[in-house]
Amino acid sequence: MDLSVPVATKHKRHEHPYATKRKWTIISLVTILIAGGIMSLMIGPVSFSISEVWQSLISEEDTLARRIVWELRVPRMLIGAIVGMCLAVAGAILQGVMRNPLADPGIIGVTSGAGLAATFIMIVMPAYIALLPFAAFMGAFITAMIIYAMSWKSGTSPVRIILVGVAINAILGAFLSALMLLYSDRVQAALPWLSGGIAGVGWVQFKMIAPYATIALILSLFFIRHIRILRLGDEMAQLLGHNVERSRFLLIVLSTLLAGIAVSVAGLIGFVGLVAPHILRMMIGGDYRYLLPASALGGGVLVVIADMVARTAFAPLELPVGILLAFLGGPFFLYIIQKGRGPIAQNN
Amino acid sequence: MLKTTNLQFQHSSSFEIDAIDLTIEKGEIISLIGPNGSGKSTLLRLIARLLKPDAGTVLLEGQSIHSMERKKLAQQLAMLPQMNDHQLDLTVGELIEFGRSPHVKSYGRMGEEDYDIIEWALEVTNLTHYRDRVLPSLSGGERQRAWIAMAVAQRPKVLFLDEPTTYLDISHQLEVMELVKELNEQFGMTIVMVLHDINQAARYSDRLIVMKKGKIQYDGTPQCVLCREMFQNIFEIDASIYEEAGTTFFTPSKMTARCAFT
Repeated sequence: MDLSVPVATKHKRHEHPYATKRKWTIISLVTILIAGGIMSLMIGPVSFSISEVWQSLISEEDTLARRIVWELRVPRMLIGAIVGMCLAVAGAILQGVMRNPLADPGIIGVTSGAGLAATFIMIVMPAYIALLPFAAFMGAFITAMIIYAMSWKSGTSPVRIILVGVAINAILGAFLSALMLLYSDRVQAALPWLSGGIAGVGWVQFKMIAPYATIALILSLFFIRHIRILRLGDEMAQLLGHNVERSRFLLIVLSTLLAGIAVSVAGLIGFVGLVAPHILRMMIGGDYRYLLPASALGGGVLVVIADMVARTAFAPLELPVGILLAFLGGPFFLYIIQKGRGPIAQNN
Repeated sequence: MLKTTNLQFQHSSSFEIDAIDLTIEKGEIISLIGPNGSGKSTLLRLIARLLKPDAGTVLLEGQSIHSMERKKLAQQLAMLPQMNDHQLDLTVGELIEFGRSPHVKSYGRMGEEDYDIIEWALEVTNLTHYRDRVLPSLSGGERQRAWIAMAVAQRPKVLFLDEPTTYLDISHQLEVMELVKELNEQFGMTIVMVLHDINQAARYSDRLIVMKKGKIQYDGTPQCVLCREMFQNIFEIDASIYEEAGTTFFTPSKMTARCAFT
């Protein structure tokens, strides 16, 4: 066969139609994340000026500002950012793998698995409360693997994973309800965790999750090309010589890790994994080379700012950030879908 | 260059591919025709390794496709499954880049040669000026050409097309068929496609393979295959056959009274 390449004169590349939008979206997200982070260090029951915050960060002198800002607000803000990033990236990955814009970590059982395991620890064996993060993580991971294994029938398919996920989630939900009824006197203890929040987290929790989160987030960048190729469809990816099942499995493991890390310290914060990638997809399109990093930033922004609002807007009451996210996020999401101008909103 | 021996595949109790022996020569344009559910797509997918046969072998240039590395196979055999049309917001250029992925090492970058081939694929499919357009902004025919361009960028020896013209209007159908012919004549690509339009199949193919119930019933040049008897046996219709300027074509007239052949 004639393999000579009759190359025509090289055509000048135009700019990608989304290039400007992508650039500005990412720049603004970084700016908002930094600004929001700084602001969340300043305001609270006791507010500090920006110079007081700065002083408390650089000097080790034991002042009130140092104790509040450094010991409480900094780790809480950082954890908020990490949790948001992990959840958003987990959601974005799953939406790509399942080729379904409604996928989120709940779909592969992360929420129900972690919820059941954590509730079990909290109300049946509260003496082992220290194991809570580990139990939640394992609950999420094992459930996700069970769902994956049960959807295997000489190969998996997104639809089958989603359907098996629904069934397993229902079963675990029933267990959770039963558990809460049997121990109804102790349910109180589990409620804040189940609605999700990062009140009272500190450096201990930060040190616990930061290394894992960093590794998992960096790994997710290496998987972008797998997601992009899977988005062409299973058959097309296979025809291009790609190992579809292996990629899908690794991506599911990775998003389970990410979501599991978030859940282990923050409880069941829903919504971030669904909303952050979705809004960004409407803004910059579905190319994961841009969507994945942008989702990470967007998730970080969402949780940091929502947590700041949750702990200040209703003072002296502190709302769990999970509740606030669902409260404001739901209507906002509806608004976006109504007004949305973007590939998803236009085509679906 | 492609040879199947005793290929068998059981899909369900009512549908199977039954012991297919088929040899595809280099440089041919072959169309698979037959009624719905006759196994045309399944046969194509078996040969492209999208499905695993229950028995039998598929040899590509003497080597079993099932013992080949995935990427090695994708370097030689490209296929477009039935109309890929979920809304991907890729540009035409980005879509075609995927065609190079079997040739690029994992986590490797594309080289000068890959970019030249992408340029060439755009040229051949007449899409050079559409390079930076996003797929949803194209018409159905343009989009189909973009997918073909991706497959072409794989530089395959064999190209499989599963109903490449379905859902396109007639002028876009002809445009796709002309492109297929050009790929075959100018670049020596072997083409195997499933077509519904029998007249188009006859016009553009060197060889027609007629399937029914998972078996090959007729196999030959359009002139040989297109005959009244074939239409009665396979499609259960009465047809008139014409020939004009070397092309055989038919017009259906009526359903055949159901009889012995079924």
